[in-house]
This record gives sequence, C-alpha cells and structure tokens, in this order.
Amino acid sequence: MLYREAGQFKTNYVADSAIFPLREDRIGIGLIILAAYALAFLGNSFLLQAVMIPFLVFSLASIGLNILTGYTGLLSLGTGAFMGVGAYACYKLMTAFPGVNVIVWIFVSGFFSAGIGALFGLPSLRIKGFYLAVATLAAQFFLQWCFIRIPWLVNYNVSGALDAPLRTLFGVPIMGPNATPQVRYLVVLTIVILLTWLASNLVHGRIGRMWIAIRDMDLAAELMGIRPLQTKLLAFAVSSYYCGVAGALLVFLWYGGAEYDVFNINQSFFILFMVIIGGLGSLIGSFFGAALIFILPIVLGIVLPAVMSPFGITVGSDVIEHLRFMIVGALIIFFLIVEPHGLARLWQIGKQKLLAWPFPY
Amino acid sequence: MRAPDHPVMTKGDVLLAVENVSLGFGGVKALTDVSFDIRKSEIRAIIGPNGAGKTSMLNCINGFYYPTDGRITFKGVRRPKMRPYEAARGGIARTFQNVALFKSMSTLDNIMAGRSIKMRSNFFWQLFRHGPAIKEEIEHRRFVEEIIDFLEIQHIRKTPVGRLPYGLQKRVELGRALAMEPELLLLDEPMAGMNLEEKEDMSRFIIEVNQQYGTTIALIEHDMGVVMDLSDRVVVLEYGRKIADGTPDEVKRDQRVIDAYLGVAH
Repeated sequence: MLYREAGQFKTNYVADSAIFPLREDRIGIGLIILAAYALAFLGNSFLLQAVMIPFLVFSLASIGLNILTGYTGLLSLGTGAFMGVGAYACYKLMTAFPGVNVIVWIFVSGFFSAGIGALFGLPSLRIKGFYLAVATLAAQFFLQWCFIRIPWLVNYNVSGALDAPLRTLFGVPIMGPNATPQVRYLVVLTIVILLTWLASNLVHGRIGRMWIAIRDMDLAAELMGIRPLQTKLLAFAVSSYYCGVAGALLVFLWYGGAEYDVFNINQSFFILFMVIIGGLGSLIGSFFGAALIFILPIVLGIVLPAVMSPFGITVGSDVIEHLRFMIVGALIIFFLIVEPHGLARLWQIGKQKLLAWPFPY
Repeated sequence: MRAPDHPVMTKGDVLLAVENVSLGFGGVKALTDVSFDIRKSEIRAIIGPNGAGKTSMLNCINGFYYPTDGRITFKGVRRPKMRPYEAARGGIARTFQNVALFKSMSTLDNIMAGRSIKMRSNFFWQLFRHGPAIKEEIEHRRFVEEIIDFLEIQHIRKTPVGRLPYGLQKRVELGRALAMEPELLLLDEPMAGMNLEEKEDMSRFIIEVNQQYGTTIALIEHDMGVVMDLSDRVVVLEYGRKIADGTPDEVKRDQRVIDAYLGVAH
C-alpha cells in the first residue's frame, strides 16, 4: 500500500528520465544512506571493521567489474590485479607526497589502474568471451609478478609489504594504526556512496547505453556509429578505476597493510562471483552480491552455533567452518537456479509485485 | 555526378553509386561486377531469389564487407575502406533481416541509443548527469518521442524490447535507424514474417519516411506486391549478378527476371 506508482504523474522529460522516478524509491535510498551513516555511531567496532568496511570495499570492486562484465559484456579475470595497481599507486603517491591529503591520492590512484586497465583492454576489440577472460588473466599474472619483483613499488621495504602510514583528515586520523574503525568506516562509506552515484549517472546516460549496446548486439551498435574500440576501452578504464580505488581502500582502510598476495587470482574470482550472483548489469546487484558472498558466511558463523546449542549439539569451530562453506555453496546454486539473472532481478521482481499488491499483476 | 565540392544534393541526384563491385569469399563469388545507383529521395528496391547477394550488397554499402573489386561512391565521394561506424557517421542507417535490437533495453533506450552519434556532451558532464548532459538527454528525448509517435509505439515505450512481439520489434528497429536521421536508409527485409496488416503498417511508415523527411531508402524485400507498389526503381540480382534494373513495370516485363523467378523450361 505504501509502494505505489499511481498518482505520481510526470509532466516533463527530466522527471520522467530520472534515475529513481518513484518517490518511494527516493525516500528508500535516503533512508538506507541515513541508516548507513547512523551505523557508524551505533555499531560496535567488530561490525564496522570486520563486516561493513569489507562489504563496502567489495561492493565498490563489484561495481567496477559489473561495469565491464555486466554492462559492456566483457569478461575479465584481472580484477584482483587492477585493485592491486590502485593500492600500489596509492602507496607510492602518498609516501612520495605526504603533504597532500590522502583522500586525494585514493581518488588519483584509480587513474593509474584505469590506464593499466585500458591497456590490457586493447585485445577486447578482437576477442570476446572466454578468450578475452584468458587475455585478462595475462594482466593478472603479469601485474602480480610486478608487485612481487619490483621493490620500488613498496619503497624498497624489506618485508615487501604495503603498510598504512598515519594520515589525517581535519586532524582526525583516518589511516594507520591510530585510526578507529568508526572513522575509517565513515571515509569508506562516503567514497563508496559518491562513486556509486557517479556510476549510476554514467550507466543511465549516453555512455551506459553505448556499453549495453555493445553487450547486446555489437554489430548493430557499430552500425549506429558507436565506435567499438573506444567504447570498450572506456569501459575497461572506468571499471579499473573503480577496482583501483577499491584496492586502495582494501589495503589502507581495511587491512591497514597487506602483501601482494591479496591481489591474486582468487580475489578476481571472488569479485566475479559477487557480480554474477548479485546480477550482471545492475549496480544494486553489486551490493547484493557482496553481501551474499562476504557477509553471509560471517552471519552463519555467528548464527549456526546459536541455533545448534538448544538441540544439545555442540560443534567445534572447524565443523562450523565446513558447514558455512556448504551452506553458502548450496545457497549460491539455489539462487542461480531460481534466478540466473541474480539477486538484482529477484529484487526487481519483488518491487514489481509490491507495486501491484494485493493483485497478482 | 556532382563534384565532391558540392555536397548539397537535391532530389534525383545520385546519392550512392555502386560501380563494378565484386565480392568473393575464398572461392565463392557473392557478387560479380554489380553496378547501380541510388538517387536522392527515391525508394530503391533490391530483389532477387535467395542467395542472390542482396544482403551482401547492403553489407558492402555500410562497410561490413569490403568489395574485392569495384568501388562505391557516396555523396560524390569515393569511399576508401570504411568501417561500419564511419558509414553510420556518414549518414547510412540500416535494419537487419533478423532483428538486431538491444534486447535488454527498453524501446525508448533502443531509439535513444540510435542518437548516440548525435550526442556530444563529454564524460565529465555525463558523470554528474548535469548541465549539458541532462539538457542534451532531454533534447534528444524530444526527438525520440517524435519518432515514437510517428511509429505509434507509445504504449511500449518502457518495455524491454526482448519481450515485444516480432512485428513491433521490427518497428522499433526502424525507429532506431530513423533516430540517426540518415540520408540513406537500408532496410533488409523489413516485412519478413509479418502478417498483412503489419505489412500495410510498415509500408505506410516507409512511404511516410520517404515523403516527409525525403530520406532515401534502399530495401530488400521478397513480397513482390510490396516491392512493385513502394519502389521507384528496382534492381534485380541473381547469383551475384545484376540481371535487370529499372522501374517496377520495366522489371516486371523483363524476360530474365521472369526466368529467374519462375524458372526456365529445359
């Protein structure tokens, strides 16, 4: 009853082509953002540090990959490496120019991975699908080799690891050992909201239509004057930008320090699963995917022992760990069978049903 | 033919000239020494039995294939090798024999995508969906709405085209081509698989586009009734060769055309 299209008449094209044409949707988004900010003050540091910050970071990386794979239809397995480029670029920049605020460097570091991403996107003009995925694997392995073998990237640090130096914003430490999870969460949240908004603008405009056109029917797109190479490279660049920023956030605002192996092929697959389960070609799906793959195992780890104890079953933590994998795996298969287009599609169907409720259609 | 320094064309000038074009794939000759022209503001039909090379001809015109021999002159300029997107930017639009819409997009977005080459606002404004970006979006939306009105597809404006019936998909595809404001519109079997009523609608749209906007149209069609009624001139291909060229009446009486369609007694 609260969710109705009726009575909301659009009298101009600006209102009609708005990204959220429904008033209820706009209110909903506002409430979610408000709640996310409120969480910084209500949630404990475990929730913020171990659940919310990584969830947001993975969501951002998923948005990045979704732009490439979901919207433009180019399969990539180099996500982890592109995240790494962002992290290493951010490290070099903020240690070379400590005077400039680190927030600036986080945003700038994305441009480095955008450039590298566009470079490795060049083969996409000629090859598609699985073959392109294999070509992006080259990026994954080559860049990872660079992270290990070029000590300049970590300022000749003996451990070979990236570490987060102390950095402040308005006198409050936001990075480094003294930064509280609360502050880091607020920084990550703001960056993710900002970048999600920009991505949403992009995919709903001319550029988004060009990407989808390339994905759905590349020959027809080319016949309408859409240049395939430029459009695909732009998708690679924007996608890698998002991955790069996500990588910088992952190392410096979540882990607080990391080695090259967080950017390995597993990370790429991890993000790809989030995108597929969340829904290809959907921004909100990226958040759903990150939630299902990252948060669900954590929730299960807490809920499972609590559910089992009333039945007198006490299980060791190793069994819980195995159960977690089994349940998450089963759920992924279940969701893919029920809705191959991902959780975003389920969400869409749910909203459609709600609009028509109590009638079936 | 007009010299290239006089690009403004009036009705009846040669818009596109195909001269001695041959196209071969390995040993297979799809087109052999075909020459014809398309004049400004006419409806030109290309007909012929299956496998005659009609679609190959269109593919040469809009740059999917490069002719192995011969040349194509568009608006008085001889074209070197040209990619399809360059042909599109030059003013050639096209629909496909098998509908080639962007399935997941709505009707509106499909036609808006056809306006991509007309849209200029840069990446920065696109990012913020503000200023020139939104202004341009609305301007083009107005144009697209005119096309939607013209094609009478208002009711499916926001429906994903993948869900539409075939006849409507063909209509949306025509709309997407029209959105490019082409000088030359290539229609590859615009009425294939349609019932009589849909064919009548489509014929009406084709005539109106031609008369209202002066768009030059080249179409491939198998329905002879439609071809004879719509077109100003007809070129007939058989086994990759041109066998007849002229007004519908001339072509109808041509013995080689009759033979090609009805067969020859042996």
